[in-house]
Amino acid sequence: MNSLDQPTLRVVLYEGSGSQLLDGRERFQILESLLQRGYSVSCAGEGVSPADGSTLLVLGRFPKEHAPTPEDFSGEVPVYVRNTSGLTASEIAEAADEVRNEVQQGEGKAWKPWFPVIDYDRCTNCMQCLSFCLFDVYGVSDDQKIQVQNHSNCKTDCPACSRVCPEVAILFPKYRSGPINGDEVSDEDLRREKMKVDISSLLGGDIYQTLRDRSARAQSRFSKERSEDRALKERKRCLKQLQALGEIPAEALEGLPSQEDIQSKAEQAADRLKGPSQGGE
Amino acid sequence: MSQKPRILYCHCAYARVVPEAAKKKVLEKLCEAGVSFDSVADLCEMSARRDPSLKRLAGEGEITVAACYPRAVRWLFSAAGAPLPKQGVKILNMRAEEPEQIVEIMLSDERENTAAEQKEAS
Repeated sequence: MNSLDQPTLRVVLYEGSGSQLLDGRERFQILESLLQRGYSVSCAGEGVSPADGSTLLVLGRFPKEHAPTPEDFSGEVPVYVRNTSGLTASEIAEAADEVRNEVQQGEGKAWKPWFPVIDYDRCTNCMQCLSFCLFDVYGVSDDQKIQVQNHSNCKTDCPACSRVCPEVAILFPKYRSGPINGDEVSDEDLRREKMKVDISSLLGGDIYQTLRDRSARAQSRFSKERSEDRALKERKRCLKQLQALGEIPAEALEGLPSQEDIQSKAEQAADRLKGPSQGGE
Repeated sequence: MSQKPRILYCHCAYARVVPEAAKKKVLEKLCEAGVSFDSVADLCEMSARRDPSLKRLAGEGEITVAACYPRAVRWLFSAAGAPLPKQGVKILNMRAEEPEQIVEIMLSDERENTAAEQKEAS
């Protein structure tokens, strides 16, 4: 099971009635320990934010030794309670791990959350990112809108698609510098965009339009001139150019898909396009 | 502990783009203040998972978020199907702003809200 598919566990550090208050230092140590292990933690007094579908783990110092019986009014959310009296921050985190292992049935695959985020205020749905990315990170929604569909396919530390976006609409929040990291887009950034390599031209045209053309011409001259092998070489060349600028990790180049993968992707894209094109697009 | 204003802190646990000192300072001060708040290990990871908690966090009214660039935070929520409301959201950037300033804004909001609640109660 991929970590992205795991059920979520929400921790509540409870300091309301029936529990002892923590001092600031203790609270910080417990929180830091839990956050480092990937937990979401609500620090709560009397009121706890309503259930959101996540399994709840309530941690608190309950001096009468017996943790209270939690009430889930919906009856739909599993609730675990652990008395943390006498436990250190790391012991509390271990107790949380035990619950997580029970809930998630084993640890998910570790994954650095590196993936593109689309700024739809800027995106023009030009599909250049989809055309450029060979790892199937992007897809198209039912209403023909570009979207990120396969986050974990993205190559860690590779922001190549954001470099080819003509509208500076693709963010990688964990990237080191702006505007790719989400910083505001300046006039200077826009000026640079105008100087960008025309990736669409480099790749031989937008893949969607290409597929439409190919479908319309039915094995015309175009399909003979533009093989998938050539497209792969063009993309490699483009990625190497971007790598030379110091932005693209070697892993992204090494992990390029095979010709069969590319063929398969093109066929899938063509299938997706059949619907709207038949509708008179 | 007071219930308002709602505060969300992102620990950006899976990368080192937010300075450790800034994260530590903000988290320490929130813990010292004894306010109720939500903390998450990593908003990016939650967004990729479309974690249901994001809908809860986005849908409970006014919120102050300590995380990274506002444009990134907004679109991370949106990508998870949990867009933040246009009004009543403050996003404070631990990558670029001073942690003392962030804490001051968060806790002054909390103080103002508590004072308003007390006035209302009396």
